[in-house]
Amino acid sequence: MPTLAHYLIVSGLLFALGMAGVLLRRNLLIIFMGLELMLNAANLSLVAFSRFNLGPDGMPNYNAQVFVFFIITVAAAEVAVGLAIIVALYRAKQTTHVEDLNTLKF
Amino acid sequence: MQLVLFWIFSLLMLLCAMGVVFFRNPVSSAMSLVLSFIALAAVFVTLDAFFIAVVQVLVYAGAVMVLFLFIIMLLDLREEKRRRVRLSAWLGGGLVVGGFISALLKVVLGLPALFVTKPVLSHPLANDIEQVGFNLFRNFNLPFQMIGVLLLVATVGVVLLSKKELK
Repeated sequence: MPTLAHYLIVSGLLFALGMAGVLLRRNLLIIFMGLELMLNAANLSLVAFSRFNLGPDGMPNYNAQVFVFFIITVAAAEVAVGLAIIVALYRAKQTTHVEDLNTLKF
Repeated sequence: MQLVLFWIFSLLMLLCAMGVVFFRNPVSSAMSLVLSFIALAAVFVTLDAFFIAVVQVLVYAGAVMVLFLFIIMLLDLREEKRRRVRLSAWLGGGLVVGGFISALLKVVLGLPALFVTKPVLSHPLANDIEQVGFNLFRNFNLPFQMIGVLLLVATVGVVLLSKKELK
């Protein structure tokens, strides 16, 4: 049977991969996908904690699952707004490459 | 059996997440992200979180990724040209990620309290949608309504942002 540590390590590795995507890639869309991976890693560890710490009635702690539901909803809203911003940016600059967007660079 | 399924789906998830980071073509990245989300839904099922697994497939693998693919199509993104690799960026990024992974392994492997198997549920066949729904509407009613307002604001904002010229 997988233990809580298994789930936490898998969730941490998923978070690390998302962070690698944000830090190493230079395409705005891929950076956005990395953000989604990081949000999902947080969801995985929340659900794992909810299953491994049963409430007084012997059932999983459903507060964590409600929290995950909220995270998914906010992530969907965030993706919609972020992609609209990327489209507006592409209209203005014809690029989604972060190194071409250096107007504000000091 | 459950351990085998856990490893199959979590390795699939991690491999596809690596694909997202390392593929050059944005469409390949998006497709491997879809596969990663579906594998994550399967991992949720091993945690008895059926409602969250279904929502994961519907919202992430369905709606969000369709949005991503539409934007890739709309912007007509091609395979990225090979640019000069910036050594400092890769070194810094690798250092941060490696440091995070080593800190994570040190903390998790150093806590024996985390090596517990799943406790047995009192009602293994309970309807978890019902439980989540009760909790959502009874204890988290105000945040639920705020989420509704947030979605409305996001919709209006997206429509406004995608207009050709703002008046």
